[in-house]
Amino acid sequence: MDSESLLLSLELASGSGQGLSPDRRASLLTSLMLVKRDYRYDRVLFWGRVLGLVADYYIAQGLSEDQLAPRKTLYSLNCMEWSLLPPATEEMLLQTSVVSGRFLGDPSHEYEHTELQKVNDGDKVFEEEVVIQIKEETRLVSIIDQIDKAVAIIPRGALFKTPFGTTHVNRTFEGLSLSEAKKLSSYFHFKEAVELKNKTLLEKADLDPSLDFMDSLEHDIPKGSWSIQMERSNALVVLRSLLWPGLTFYHAPCTKNYGYIYVGTGEKNIDLPFML
Amino acid sequence: MWDPPPDPDHPSQQPTSRRSSQGSDRRPSWDSSQLQPSVPEEQPLMPLGPQMLPQQQASQELWANHPNLSQMSEAFQAPEARMGSVEYPIRGAGYSQEFQPYSYIDENRGQGLEHRASLLLQEVDQAHGNLLQHLESAYQDPRSELLGQFNPYQREDLQLEDTQHQPYVRNDPDIHYLPSELAFGTYGMEVPEPEPRELAVQNAKAYLLQTSVKCDLSLYEHLVNLLTKLLNQRPEDPLSILESLNRTTQREWFHPKLDTMRDDPEMQLTYEMAEKQKALFIRSGGGEGEQEMEEEVTETPVPNIMETAFYFEQAGIGLGSDESFRIFLALRQLVEQQPILTCRFWGKILGLKRSYLVAEVEFREGEEEGEEEEVEEMMEGADVMEAHGEEEGEEDEEKAADMIPKSMWKPPPVIPREESRSGANKYLYFVCNEPGRPWTRLPHVTPAQIVHARKIKKFFTGYLDAPVVSYPPFPGNEANYLRAQIARISAATHISPLGFYQFGEEEGDEEEEGGAGRDSFEENPDFEGIPVLELVDSMANWVHHTQHILPQGRCTWVNPLQKSEEEEDLGEEEEKADEGIEEVEQEVGPPLLTPLSEDAEIMHLSPWTARLSCSLCPQYSLAIVRSNLWPGAYAYATGKKFENIYIGWGHKYSPENFNPALPAPIQQEYPSGPEIMEATDPTVEEEQALKAAQEQALAAAEEEEEEEEEDEEEDVDD
Repeated sequence: MDSESLLLSLELASGSGQGLSPDRRASLLTSLMLVKRDYRYDRVLFWGRVLGLVADYYIAQGLSEDQLAPRKTLYSLNCMEWSLLPPATEEMLLQTSVVSGRFLGDPSHEYEHTELQKVNDGDKVFEEEVVIQIKEETRLVSIIDQIDKAVAIIPRGALFKTPFGTTHVNRTFEGLSLSEAKKLSSYFHFKEAVELKNKTLLEKADLDPSLDFMDSLEHDIPKGSWSIQMERSNALVVLRSLLWPGLTFYHAPCTKNYGYIYVGTGEKNIDLPFML
Repeated sequence: MWDPPPDPDHPSQQPTSRRSSQGSDRRPSWDSSQLQPSVPEEQPLMPLGPQMLPQQQASQELWANHPNLSQMSEAFQAPEARMGSVEYPIRGAGYSQEFQPYSYIDENRGQGLEHRASLLLQEVDQAHGNLLQHLESAYQDPRSELLGQFNPYQREDLQLEDTQHQPYVRNDPDIHYLPSELAFGTYGMEVPEPEPRELAVQNAKAYLLQTSVKCDLSLYEHLVNLLTKLLNQRPEDPLSILESLNRTTQREWFHPKLDTMRDDPEMQLTYEMAEKQKALFIRSGGGEGEQEMEEEVTETPVPNIMETAFYFEQAGIGLGSDESFRIFLALRQLVEQQPILTCRFWGKILGLKRSYLVAEVEFREGEEEGEEEEVEEMMEGADVMEAHGEEEGEEDEEKAADMIPKSMWKPPPVIPREESRSGANKYLYFVCNEPGRPWTRLPHVTPAQIVHARKIKKFFTGYLDAPVVSYPPFPGNEANYLRAQIARISAATHISPLGFYQFGEEEGDEEEEGGAGRDSFEENPDFEGIPVLELVDSMANWVHHTQHILPQGRCTWVNPLQKSEEEEDLGEEEEKADEGIEEVEQEVGPPLLTPLSEDAEIMHLSPWTARLSCSLCPQYSLAIVRSNLWPGAYAYATGKKFENIYIGWGHKYSPENFNPALPAPIQQEYPSGPEIMEATDPTVEEEQALKAAQEQALAAAEEEEEEEEEDEEEDVDD
């Protein structure tokens, strides 16, 4: 959710029961303003929070002019002092995939993971137990990256692609109509398209290249990993990800208000196939 | 040639004007090429240029000698008419640039004059145009060549100039006549022949007013609309939104607002819902208003949702203040409709299509289970029916000649449901999907449902009558599953500060309760409240005030075997089978009001997280407790106030993957014995041998009549 319309956004996203306490809200409003100035971001999004056992991580993201350019991620434990997280790498994702369980809330905490590694000692090959230590901060980076890639979404038309290839906020976006808002095809993944390139020409024929340049949610795997429902007496459409429980997307049809927030434990729902 | 050498007075001014004249020359001529397509006025200067290169200097001199353009044009006219060609002067104009290292700022001065000259030339051209027509097709390229030629002579930074410098941009033939019109405007008074220009304007306008077959809107009208819109709205940075503005303007033109007679079907649901919710806000009954007010002020079981919502908001939890108020109104509606003694907002369970708001209520004494009993009877009726079916089946089996082996499996004894107002059925629960929609009462939970609910993990759909498709099969539909999950969540997460509740005075029936501890408690009138910091520091200051549900699915243990002995309609065989089973051990759960510090850990994680609502002002903050076992369950406490709420998906947290229960092991084969062994068929010899033996035996039988019976048996065996 946009940090500038934080209060309204939180109100709209409160249907999942997760909000922010008044002191957090106030400090976010102040500190994100400073973040925007200091890091010279074009836009600052309040991304959400990852619930830890001891403390919660509050996450914000900075966007440059090009909305689809890699986002900078910051985290804070007290909503005031923000620290920049490194960009996620493949190696990080691989490394942290072995860690499971809840976050603690201490970025310097180290998870220990024992792994069997083959060691060549002359002619003999024997296996040795190696303890790998993974910092919670690294895990946080990779989890945020995974969530961003999997379930960060925006409504169709909210961004547009200029002929120069950059993506900008569409100032003339006036919201989805009520009937469109109920369809998954009206929502896009907020990332560079992956699936779009695999589509056939026939499928691409009806797409508007300045608007339909991202993947829509329609063909997400597993099917049914989104819960889409109308709230507030039909005046608000809310999408909840079942794959990453805690991610709530809201959009008030026919208005410009949209956004998503993640409030959850940072764990993927791997039981989803059994639960549908 | 016929001109004297250039004056030293005008070296700077004239080349400038000439240079620009080249541009302005072309512009009008481009226009007129549209007007008179048969006469390509431009051609002469373009293709001939390169050939005349050596003569540049001469022609430039020629040019320079005529600062007065009217003079000059007169001068041109005569020779050109004579020569039948325009090349010379115009070429000269074109190539004079190479001698101009000067700025072009004042070049417009010459434009009008030059243009006039060119107009005159055009007239001349018309006579000779035919000669030059063959060049028409090629005129574009030479022009660029021409430009290319004078480019190197101008400035070093010409590349930049091309884009930055106004005159060049204007010179571009692709740009419409507008810039040159501007140039005309400056010198409007001086132009003696308005007709061709007006004609040009009219023609251009006519062109713009053309409408295509596809659409009714002409470009002209569209531009007018667009500019009007821009000027009316005056958006910031109009260039950046020009494209989209373009589109919207066009769309608006074609899609005028719908007729007022037509209603928008999309919004109907929204309006209906608003209408329903409006009913919540209107107090029922107009005349009895005062009485009602008195009544409600004295005793109302409607909880103060807004206050709770405020406290939970301090913790960053809650559904939003206006939504809370709607829930409050919906609860009030519920209280008005049902004989409710106490009422509490339990929480919200998220579903796939809709969500459930859950109210926890207690009916007034006596006004009990009207519906519930009916439902029960229905259930029992169904059971009886089933039982009947089975019995009939058994009879049939007996009648059948071929005895089908009877199943040795006996269903485990059904554990009886807990009475309402006790154990897991202590409260009644009502759910609704949205404030304003009707409340639906959930049925009481049975132990079997709780036991099965523990084994499955399914999302709620939001429809109470939806089936629960799962393995192991869940006994009941979503309403039952929802009720079972509510019971489990309540049992695990309803907590209160230590000392808020105490056990009642009169005890003694503890033994009869089955050892599960006392199941009733009352508010402690002497409770002073525990300091917030202590509540946060130690989980021992919090206690469960809802009974633990035993593995059996009940809060108080019941011996299933005892029951089966009481019901003596069972056959003797079954009783014998019962004796074989070992005595079931009594299940014991933690007693009521057990501190949270004794809760089991989830894989080395503490099941509760407690913290202050605000670290910046600890003296005024609340103690917030979050359940890690049931994500979404929260409790707050401050002073004497506390409350629990659950907002979530209704699933228990498990650090490991959910493993659905495996199918029951495959049943054993029927023990193989001689009676089911297949024997090989006897061969002919064997049969004959048998026959012979029988005949012998028969003969013997005749002798010994006593052995007849045996022979007969052998016959049967065969």
